[in-house]
Amino acid sequence: MHEYSLVESLLRRVEEEARRHGALAIHKLTMRVGELSGVEAELLQTAYDTFRAGSICANAELVITRIPATWVCPQCKEPIARGGVLVCPTCDVPAQLDEGSDALTLDGIEMEVP
Amino acid sequence: MCTTCGCGDPELVPVELHEKILAGNDRAARHNRAHFLESGVLALNIMGSPGSGKTGVLEATAKAAAGKGWRLGAVSADLATDNDARRLERAGIPSRAITTGQACHLDAELVHRSLHGFPWQASDVFFIENVGNLVCPAIYDLGQAANVVVLSVTEGEDKPLKYPVMFKTADLVLITKCDLIPHLEVDLTRIHDALARVMPRPKAFEVSARTGAGMDRWIGWLDELRARIPRPAEARVHTHTHAHGPHGAHSHGPGEPHDHDH
Repeated sequence: MHEYSLVESLLRRVEEEARRHGALAIHKLTMRVGELSGVEAELLQTAYDTFRAGSICANAELVITRIPATWVCPQCKEPIARGGVLVCPTCDVPAQLDEGSDALTLDGIEMEVP
Repeated sequence: MCTTCGCGDPELVPVELHEKILAGNDRAARHNRAHFLESGVLALNIMGSPGSGKTGVLEATAKAAAGKGWRLGAVSADLATDNDARRLERAGIPSRAITTGQACHLDAELVHRSLHGFPWQASDVFFIENVGNLVCPAIYDLGQAANVVVLSVTEGEDKPLKYPVMFKTADLVLITKCDLIPHLEVDLTRIHDALARVMPRPKAFEVSARTGAGMDRWIGWLDELRARIPRPAEARVHTHTHAHGPHGAHSHGPGEPHDHDH
């Protein structure tokens, strides 16, 4: 259950950014959570809903975009079948994880500024 | 102020960040890594389920590496006790316990704090024994040179498929308790097959901490990694004044190169 400590880091980061911009309130946060990020999007949402009360994000919705994990051959760019052995059957080289598959990022903050 | 009509109402502004949630941890990990490297210490993050044999394999490592002349060291994380650190001490590995309380994983800052006042620089190989957990520790970089995941033969052949994030981060998997195989219905080829579906460069050694079987390959692997770590030059052995504020403020001896931000 590291989702709670992740939400703490998230809120700290948002507060820092809000101070920098002199924000009056935060309206929306957008995040990307990859399938191989090690984070369960639903648990993250629950943790966020628990912790946002009393913070600057109290009324801010958290919008999570989930990204499925995909592996690809770095040479021929052919995707590796889901659940398959992570070596390209044609080129015999180790597969590479596609961008976003393990993402855990804060992408945007919508804030109200004076 | 609203710039569309100049009405003086507050305005909604989108701020683009595209920043890792764990950016703070990654910064602290880079800091740890720089310290390990400049002291010529090979640091390893040892992860695995509770009861997978992390402590046992480290005890056996002390025995198997006895002829190497390596100085070993460890910090050992546990939710509630310091039993593992005491076991490692008895095995001849200077160790310190990190009691994490409710935290299910180690993070880079926790490791950094635990190193203060502990003579980790005096080790050639330094083990960071993580909390027994196959989920949370996987995403926290601690500043290690490599990740080792300990998987025992009693845990089920499909364990890697169930915890792909953990095994994806592994540089090496130690399949432990192999002396129990005659008593189990376990097929090692199925474990290796599962690993190949979650690790693009699967590397796994079958070992037994009890009999010592297979430990030579593990010691050989550590030797290879050690060879890649530059030995600290005499001139670079420095007195390090640690004045760590909340942001990890740092003062170094003159001429100390550093690849992390202060």
